[in-house]
This record gives sequence, C-alpha cells and structure tokens, in this order.
Amino acid sequence: MSPIVKLLAQRIALSLLLLLLISIVIFAGTIVLPGDVAQSILGQSATPEALANLRAELGVNDPPVQRYFAWLFGAMQGDLGTALTSGQDIAQALSSRFWNTLFLAFWAAVVAVPLAIFLGLLAVRFKDRWPDKMISAVTLASISIPEFLIGYVLMYFIAVQLRWFPSVAMVNDSMSLFEKLNAIALPIAVLTLVVLAHMMRMTRAAILNVMQSAYIETAELKGLNAFQVIYRHAFPNAIAPIVNVVMLNLAYLVVGVVVIEVVFVYPGMGQYLVDHVSKRDVPVVQACGLIFAAVYIGLNMIADIVAILSNPRLRHPK
Amino acid sequence: MNRHMQYLASQAAAGKLSRRDFLGKAAALGFTAVSANLLLSTAAKAAGPQKGGTIRLGLQGGSTTDSLDPALVTNTVGLMVTRLWGETLVELADDGGIEGKLAESYEASADAKTWTFKLRSGVTYSNGQSVTADDVVKTMERHSGEDTKSGALGIMRGIKDVRADGDSVVFELDSPNADLPYLLADYHLIIQPNGGNDDPAAAIGTGPYIMKSADMGVRFVAEKNPNYWGDLGNADTVEIIVINDDTARVAALQSGQVDVIDRVPPRTAKLVDRAPNITVHSTSAAGHYVFIMHCNTAPFDNNDVRMALKYGINRQEMVDKILNGYGTVGNDTPINASYPMYTELEQRQFDPDKAMHHLKKAGHDGSILLRTSDNSFPGAPDASALFQQSLSSAGIQLDVKREPNDGYWSEVWNAKPFCTSYWGGRPTQDQMFTTAYLSTADWNDTRFNNEQFDQMLVAARGELDVAKRTQMYADMSTILRDEGGLICPMFNDFVEATTDNVDGFVEGIPGQVLMNGYAASKLWVKA
Repeated sequence: MSPIVKLLAQRIALSLLLLLLISIVIFAGTIVLPGDVAQSILGQSATPEALANLRAELGVNDPPVQRYFAWLFGAMQGDLGTALTSGQDIAQALSSRFWNTLFLAFWAAVVAVPLAIFLGLLAVRFKDRWPDKMISAVTLASISIPEFLIGYVLMYFIAVQLRWFPSVAMVNDSMSLFEKLNAIALPIAVLTLVVLAHMMRMTRAAILNVMQSAYIETAELKGLNAFQVIYRHAFPNAIAPIVNVVMLNLAYLVVGVVVIEVVFVYPGMGQYLVDHVSKRDVPVVQACGLIFAAVYIGLNMIADIVAILSNPRLRHPK
Repeated sequence: MNRHMQYLASQAAAGKLSRRDFLGKAAALGFTAVSANLLLSTAAKAAGPQKGGTIRLGLQGGSTTDSLDPALVTNTVGLMVTRLWGETLVELADDGGIEGKLAESYEASADAKTWTFKLRSGVTYSNGQSVTADDVVKTMERHSGEDTKSGALGIMRGIKDVRADGDSVVFELDSPNADLPYLLADYHLIIQPNGGNDDPAAAIGTGPYIMKSADMGVRFVAEKNPNYWGDLGNADTVEIIVINDDTARVAALQSGQVDVIDRVPPRTAKLVDRAPNITVHSTSAAGHYVFIMHCNTAPFDNNDVRMALKYGINRQEMVDKILNGYGTVGNDTPINASYPMYTELEQRQFDPDKAMHHLKKAGHDGSILLRTSDNSFPGAPDASALFQQSLSSAGIQLDVKREPNDGYWSEVWNAKPFCTSYWGGRPTQDQMFTTAYLSTADWNDTRFNNEQFDQMLVAARGELDVAKRTQMYADMSTILRDEGGLICPMFNDFVEATTDNVDGFVEGIPGQVLMNGYAASKLWVKA
C-alpha cells in the first residue's frame, strides 16, 4: 500500500472513531442536564397530572445504556427519532434547517474565503507598510467585537437608517435566489467580519514563513516580481496551513452561528437547537450535537487530507 | 380653525398626512397632544377600517417546539395564531364583560350551577363542516379528560358534566360558579371539529383567517376566511414572524419589515416612541412582577417577617426604575383595577420604621436570602438589588442569589422559599385566587393556607349579587395584603408599538397582549 493511501485510510478511520466517542459524550451530557423535559414543556402552567401524563407519554424511564444503543443504531440509519415536544420526525424537521444553515455558511464562505486570502496576499506584498497595518487593524478590530454587537450596529445603519437590506433575514421556499441573498446580506456581512481576521492572518503568516526559504530567494534572484513570487512559489507551499484555517472557519460558519441566527431571526440549525435545549428536548439536542460534530470532524478531516495530498514528499516515497 | 384641524385629521386618517406631521401642525395651531390624538382617532374611526393588504407582526415568545394544538398554547405567538383560525364560545368584551362568539347567548340557573349556551346557527369550519353542539362537548371533554395535557385543565375542574341539547350546550357544575363564562373565554378552549380529537393541530376552526403556512417558532401566514360569519378581519393576509431578540424586534419595526410588535422593552420605549412613524401603546393589565415567600417556611412563617419585607420595599421606585413608568404600583395583592369587581384598598407605602418595628417584633436576626433570575421577569436581578437597598435603609440585610435562567421554573419557583416570579393575571378575581391562593391550589406558590380565605372564595363563587360579591373580594384582597406571602410591588403594562402603516389600535383592551390577541384581525392597513 502506498504511504498516501495508508495515511488517508488512517485519517478517515480516526475520524469515525472520534465521531463514535463524541456520540457517547453527547448522549451522556444530555442525560445529566438539570431539569426535566415534562416540566420544561409545560412551564409555569404545569399541573401534577399534566406532568405525570406527559412523562409517561415521553417514555423517559428506560435505562440509559439501552437508550444509547437504540439511538445510535437509529442515527446510523438516518433515523434521529422524534422530537419530544412536538412529536415531529427530527430528521425531517432538521433537513430544511440544515440546508438553511449551509446556505448561509456557503454564501458567507464565498465572500469571506477569497477576500481573506486576497487580503492576506496583499498584506504580505506590502509587509509592514500601511496597507498591511490597515488590513491587520481592521480585521483584528472586527474579530474583537462580539458578533451580536456587530450585528446590531450593521442592523441600525444599514437596515434602519439606510434601508438597503432587511434586518430580518427570513428566507422561505417561495423566494428566488436573489431575494434570499438580499435577505441574508447582513448576516453574511457579520459572519465575514467575524471570520476574516483569522483566515487573513494565517494566510499572511504561512506565506511569510515560506518566504524565508532558500528557493524564494532564488526566485527573487531570478528577477521575478513580488506578486509572481508570492503567487507562484510561496502560495502553493502554504496551502496546507491555509486550508486548515479555512476549514476551521467553515466549521465555525456552520456550527457557530447561533447568535447570528437569533439576532437576524434566521431559521437555521442554531435557533432550532437553542429552542430545544431550553425545553430539554433531548433527542433533538442529541441529533443537532451529532450533526455539528460530524460537520466539524468532516471539515477537519478534509483539511488534513488536503495537507497530506499537497505534501510532495509523500507523493514521491524514497 | 377647528374645521381646519378636522380636515387635517381626516387627511391623516386617510394616510395622506403622516401622524407626526399632523401632530406637529396641531401643536402649531395650539392643540394639546391629547386632544389632537383624540381628534385623530375619531377621524380614523370615522374613516372606518380599510380592507385588504397585509399586516405583518413581529412577536416575542414563539419557539420551534410549539404546536398548533390549542391545548398546548403557552405563549403570545400561540395565542395570536390561535385567534386567527379559531374561536371560543364566548370572549372578553372591550369593557371587561363577556360577549358571545360561537355562543349567541347564555343563561345560568338561579343557583349558578347549570349553564346553557345557545350556539350561533349556520357557522362553518374552514373545511366546510358545520359547527355542532357535539363538537363543543367533545372539545370540553378533550381539555378536561384525565389524560389531557391541556393548559386549561385547571379551570375545567369544577365542571361535572357537559352535554348537547339541540343547538345548545349545557354545563353542570360541582358547585355554583358565577364566573363560568370567563372560564370558557380561556384561549385554550378553541372549538374544533370533533373536539380536535382527530388532529388537534390541524388548525381547522371558525376564525376570521385560514392558516396557509405554519413554521413553528419562525413564521406563520394566514389568509382571510371568505366564509367567516362575523366582521372580524380587515387585512387580506396576516403574517406573523417570531422575533425573540428585543433589539432585533424593535429594529424590524423601525426598518418597516413589520407593522406591529409586542413587548417593547420599557427601558427604550420612550426612545422608540420618538422615532418617526412609530407609536408606542401602553395598556395596563393584570400581569404582575412579584417576590414570593413561602408562608410555611422559616423565617417567612412569621407574619411579622412578611410585614417587615412588605414595608421595606419601595414600590414607586420599582415602577419608575424597573418598568420605566410603564406600569402601576401594586399593593401586595394580585388584584388591580383591571379586574371587574375591584375595590381600591389603602395603598401600602414604603416605611423603613414600620419595617424595622415588625422585624424586631418577629425577633429575627441575620440576613434573608432571595433568589432571582432574569427569567422570572425582565429586570428581576435589578429589582432585587433595589429591594436590597431599600431594606438596608430599614436595617434589614437581604442576600440576593442569582440563579440560572435555565430551569428556573422547575428548580427555584414554587420550590425555594423566597424568589422573584411573574404572574400573568387572570380575567376574574375568582380565577386568580383559585389558581394561586386557595390552600389546595395547584400553584399555591406562596404556600398560603387560610381557612377563612378558602371559605370566602367558595362562597363568592356562587354569589350572584354583584355588590355582595365585590365586598367579599375586597375582604379577600385585604387578607392577602396583610397576611399573604406575596410582595407585589408593580403591575406591568403591555407595551406594544405600531407603525403609521396600520391603524385601529385601541389601548386599554382588557385580557391578553395586543388587544387581547385580536390586533391582527382588528387593525387595518392604511391605503
């Protein structure tokens, strides 16, 4: 077996093992949550009879280990169970939410990733001069402000004062792609500001690191101009760390947008998860946790695979 | 000049002049804001509701875990949505009385134990079926059955039997209850075909609108029901968007994405009102922000300790600082002027000397522990800090423990001896007292156990003489004020806002939020 295939197989197996371990953690974690699902569903208006009736109906009295395996086998077959609160099929209810979250993450990535890499390259080209310093200052400032505050500020100026884009990012199936993009313009802007600095600085650092290599000096001595040196010689060798940080930020765009979804009333996974956590709807919390974990592990795995494939030493074994 | 004002008002009512411009012109002509507003609303009513268009509401309190089943409605969004497609037998009228909905009329037997409701004839559900007395009986049975999860179970308890009698429905009660119509106005008790037993969440009802789409916790769309029997419903389409974040909700109103919002945060309400084209409406209501003590747990089992704490709270300061003036002072009873048989009692004032006196009499020393969380009512931790300060001027030490929002209602409220809480109020004194102050009440969250009070409550329930009954309720309120475990410093107003895009908002309608939940059907879009 060639070392590349072996490494890849190992990496994928590791991911699956990790996912299995996480499923145990998720399941155990949701069991020890304080409070009681029946009480949470009925809230302040719970009568003892109603509580007892609901508990019996929800079947929350089986032993945990039995419930874990039933849940795991179901999840492997795509059956995530039914929500305790509404009785809906979770996989079905989640699918439109998940697509909405991916939709937002996709368009945020389409804006943020090229922009970050471009700004990173620009910063390297003008290293320690004003464009570099300005890019760093602006992106660092935007990553330091809490995202809800950026959201509110953009909402106030762009939606309330200027009325360019709506403040409520409500999307539904009857909208055209253009209408949807118009609706999510503000969340995209906030997400871009939040993830930009991380990716930009990683790009800058990785390329600067490569720039100190001997072959870059050679390229410079050959008389190539600065952009060509960066673009043709430095960038390809910096791909692995850049892809790594891009994947990390993509994962954040999918699993970390809870606050943004709440502020902009976007019907994605985050809002769905928050509502069900507060109602102690354990199966939904478990399903969301599992999906989020899978996205995180999956994207990290892709980053590692890209790193492996872009490493020429592995492609030419001695 | 008056004629010119009337002309301007009619222009404003017709939407040809913005409300703000009108008020500016009125002020220039020497009219006070109050008289100008009055003129404007008269002109708007004269112009009459306009039909058509879309009304969009941005509401707080919906969740993806909600259901369309009226039995499971627990929040504002559920209430508003249910009001669109469904109706109860009777409903609270604008003057606080009862008016018929699906029941055309009703009468009680002399002993108030048997009630007969005559159904309106020729009313059909949105699926074309006719409403029958049998549906009403089945509906009541679904909400009162032993295995029900209905939020109305508590109020259905006293009903022994419900039966159909031609086009009437007869209720037999265990004991006399003069308030039965108020109980049946409860928003859970929507009349559904076959009582909703087939598919409770199908949203098939007799309401002015028909649900077109319902995405729980996100968005609801309803269209005018062409076969509706009454005259409710002005807009062709109603859209409800759930916006739980306060800032986002206000921004959605300001940016014109919605026409109506509920729960304007009192802190910013005055600022919002100053924005062009937006009007903030305030309606005093029965909801109250409270501190509750368990009357059977030390040190609160000593009435002097309870009195010390009651004298040690500065009610006006609470209304000014926590509600920003959008509310009224409380008097340590759950009853205020929004109840039909209200009697004004002498207002208890902040009095550090009396507080100290009672505490000394009780012989209590050391601090008292209060638990709180923002979940109990907005600003509860701040209110607790204010309470701490006013008590310290009476020499009483209060320790405030902040509890997590999560699980507050199951772990702290009704479990710990002293905590902050919220009551939404009920339409009648009987219901409020029965829910929380009867010894055997499900939610006796102050552990109040008073035989005299219990007896008076049962007696008042069967009393048809209003004067006598009013006096009994006043006496019960006095008992609660002087002996109860409730410290009620303030009643919160419903603070809501509309844009100039819509008209017809009436402030002061009793009951629930947003014109008792009818804002969507009663407001109209200006042409």
